[in-house]
Amino acid sequence: MSTLSRPVPASAPVKAAAPVSADAASAALGHLSFVVVGHVDHGKSTLIGRLLFDTHSVEEGKAERIQAACKAEGMEFEYAFLMDALLEEQAQNITMDTTRVPFRTARRTYTIIDAPGHKEFLKNMITGAASADAAVLLVDAQEGLREQTRRHGFLLSLLGLKQIVVAVNKMDLVNYDQAIFDRIRAELGEFLGRLGVTPTFFVPISAKLGHGIVQRSDLMPWYQGPALLEALEQFRATPPLVGAPLRLTVQDIYRFDARRIVAGLVEAGSVSVGDLIQFYPGDRKSHVKSIETWPVPAGAEPPQGPVGTGRSVAITLTDELFVERGQIGAPPSDAPTQARTFTARVFWLHAEPLKIGELVPLRLGAQEAEARVVGIQRTLDAVSLESSHGPVVEVKRHEVAEIRLHVRRAIAFDAGGRIPALGRFVLMRGRRIAGGGVVDSVLRDESTATTDRPISRAALLGHRGAVIWMTGFSGSGKSTLAQGLEKRLLQSGILAAVLDGDLLRTGLSKNLGFSEDDRRENLRRAVELSFHLADAGVVVIAALISPFRADRAMAAERARERGTPFAEVFVNAPLAECERRDPKQLYRRARAGQIPSFTGIDSPYEPPLAPDLELRTDRDPVEQSLDSLNALAIKLSRPLEQDDAASGANI
Amino acid sequence: MDHLDELESQSIYLLREAFHAFKRPAMLWSMGKDSNVLVWLAKKAFCGHVPFPIVHIDTTYEFPEMLEFRAWAKEHYGFNLVVWINQEARARGIGYETTDPVTVTHELKTVALQQVLAEHKYDALITGIRRDEDATRAKERSFSPRTADFEWDYKDQPPEFWNHFTTEVGPGEHVRVQPLLDWTEIDIWRYLDREKVPLPGMYFSRQGKRYRSLGCWPISKPVESNAATIPDIIEELKVTRTSERAGRAQDHHERNAMQKLRAKGFM
Repeated sequence: MSTLSRPVPASAPVKAAAPVSADAASAALGHLSFVVVGHVDHGKSTLIGRLLFDTHSVEEGKAERIQAACKAEGMEFEYAFLMDALLEEQAQNITMDTTRVPFRTARRTYTIIDAPGHKEFLKNMITGAASADAAVLLVDAQEGLREQTRRHGFLLSLLGLKQIVVAVNKMDLVNYDQAIFDRIRAELGEFLGRLGVTPTFFVPISAKLGHGIVQRSDLMPWYQGPALLEALEQFRATPPLVGAPLRLTVQDIYRFDARRIVAGLVEAGSVSVGDLIQFYPGDRKSHVKSIETWPVPAGAEPPQGPVGTGRSVAITLTDELFVERGQIGAPPSDAPTQARTFTARVFWLHAEPLKIGELVPLRLGAQEAEARVVGIQRTLDAVSLESSHGPVVEVKRHEVAEIRLHVRRAIAFDAGGRIPALGRFVLMRGRRIAGGGVVDSVLRDESTATTDRPISRAALLGHRGAVIWMTGFSGSGKSTLAQGLEKRLLQSGILAAVLDGDLLRTGLSKNLGFSEDDRRENLRRAVELSFHLADAGVVVIAALISPFRADRAMAAERARERGTPFAEVFVNAPLAECERRDPKQLYRRARAGQIPSFTGIDSPYEPPLAPDLELRTDRDPVEQSLDSLNALAIKLSRPLEQDDAASGANI
Repeated sequence: MDHLDELESQSIYLLREAFHAFKRPAMLWSMGKDSNVLVWLAKKAFCGHVPFPIVHIDTTYEFPEMLEFRAWAKEHYGFNLVVWINQEARARGIGYETTDPVTVTHELKTVALQQVLAEHKYDALITGIRRDEDATRAKERSFSPRTADFEWDYKDQPPEFWNHFTTEVGPGEHVRVQPLLDWTEIDIWRYLDREKVPLPGMYFSRQGKRYRSLGCWPISKPVESNAATIPDIIEELKVTRTSERAGRAQDHHERNAMQKLRAKGFM
């Protein structure tokens, strides 16, 4: 297209052309922000450019300037250029980051949130879509549903967006064919239906030529529904939660002067002077003494409320309570849940996968807590909606998963979408938000923080103690692997400790020699110490030659008696290799007759018959062995039984 | 709750988050209309207090009337005002008389900002930029990290959703906290009108001209206007289709001037 064209027919008045009163516009319908999503090149920027142009929201001369520039460079003018401000965009013809553009029609004011279609930039789409009231999901009539059509549809459902209009674009390229439109509507409707999403409208359009945007096009007489802007006008700004109980997120406590002010955001319900508020997690409550505002008009009555949903507020209380940032103020009669273990659906945005057993900082409202990923039920392919099969140990970038989280101390929330703002959280990786999630349900026997049950060490630490028994020749690599595993576990927040021969022989067993009896006694002490530590919550990594099956069987038996997670790991390297390594020069001394009864030289080694894990340290790289050990340790120390068949939320 | 209440509450939420998250936040104040909304919101967020310093980057090309307003506002609001001038650049003779406006803006604003940041070790700068002012600003986050070199990595911005933001920085880095991003020019005027926020008189028509955007005097041009009150201005904006910053010479000196200024650390 070489000239700018208003929508066809050209003589028809454009709705937005009438002088607009912004006050009247926003008062009539309220402000609406909507996100435009869909597969790359399905026409998002063109649609936005078209909306701006047709509603006369483009700065004077801008379109004409760009048109002139295009002509000079021999390029076809595109409405997308109206949007593309950054240099890279013009070079690559894709939108780089979320952009917000205001425009208005005769009836309301809008903010368009433009989310990029490029696969790499899903985080921007979520950043944009999470704050939108509604969404336009664009599909190219020629191409039909593509990967990102489905992925974005999936994420809209996860973000809780209910007001969705599907715009089937580029109808001009398919001769305005109703059959094609109907086919896309059926296919996408079916896909979204499986996610529990029902689009309010399917609208056929041509963003490039301006059909079906402001008004229905004469070229598609078979379509009797609203044009795109008409469809958007039927949406409402996110409706307030009617009848919801108060949820006040405490952001801070201010003591700038004599007042002790609790400052925060009313996420749901409302707050008035005199209300009884309890702060969760916790059991302290008080009445609202005052609502603090500025400026204070001379002679005016102090405000009494109610201060409603969505408002920032500052209050004082009748009692001197210890209230802290993160707590949720709520009526004791309708309190949020307090819990430490729950299931959630999460999406992951970070390049480094979210791993089972990992400890991640979680933020919900203003609450911050360390959360451990104690289970990954399944990941879900956002495109095919297929569930993963078999055990899942990590959630990769752009994947959606159903996981179980265990937080170190109870947090307050509202699960299951009752009060959306109080059921959402983000997960951090370093300084960045790495993922987001929605709490689905609280897991059994973890319902409230205020029970009389004794607190288990597993609950305190977020994991159970365990014994990992590593056996093998001297020089087989036990100590290296044990140290490496200890480091990894500590890094992921699991309390771990290595117990090896050197440690025993220089301390607890200092009084013992190397006779058969003394060796047996040394091992008995090692077993006792290991299980004592494991019962105290530590993941014990026992790295001991322990050459005899009977001794190791004793350790396994103790584990069964005490119900302690236990695994036997065979660190296997051929004797010749161990002797070649000889890190402590023990083989050399044994050969020289300086160490009697040395395992492998003049004392036998009985290899395990059925070890839980066998590591070939002569063959496999250390990192590979550590990965296997780490997975084993995390599995053993998991605080809850994995129940992969358990039905969680439907995703 | 109307749209202005919504914007006000969200901005207050952001200000409180910033005050909690950072050890040494500061608020940039140009004395312009957006800046004055920002100070007003801070007073509301902190119940009559401004618990961080207010920084004015003084280019030495300020309108005398604006300097009067500065003195008056400091007294009126009772905040801790930090005024910073890039004395070194002025000593080198950098100025509109001798140098192009992009360079002057860079030296007297961006470099001055780097200097005041280094001097006071601020880890967060609260600014009054809005998405609708400029296409590059449209891409901003509410909490936008900047490297120690003042660079903005607009190609890989951190995610930001559900009221969770980037609230930690590495050594020498800082975060731009931008509570007014979602406001439009009309929102600002309607809010100024509703709240009766004090403003410099230069925004209003005198002898048929007024300033729509205020910067250094050599490069700020008034527009033809008879709007003498805020309601007049709002009426005028409803029909105007020229950009707010059209009167600011440094934005238009060359192609992509604003992009270049911002990549180097300009607001």
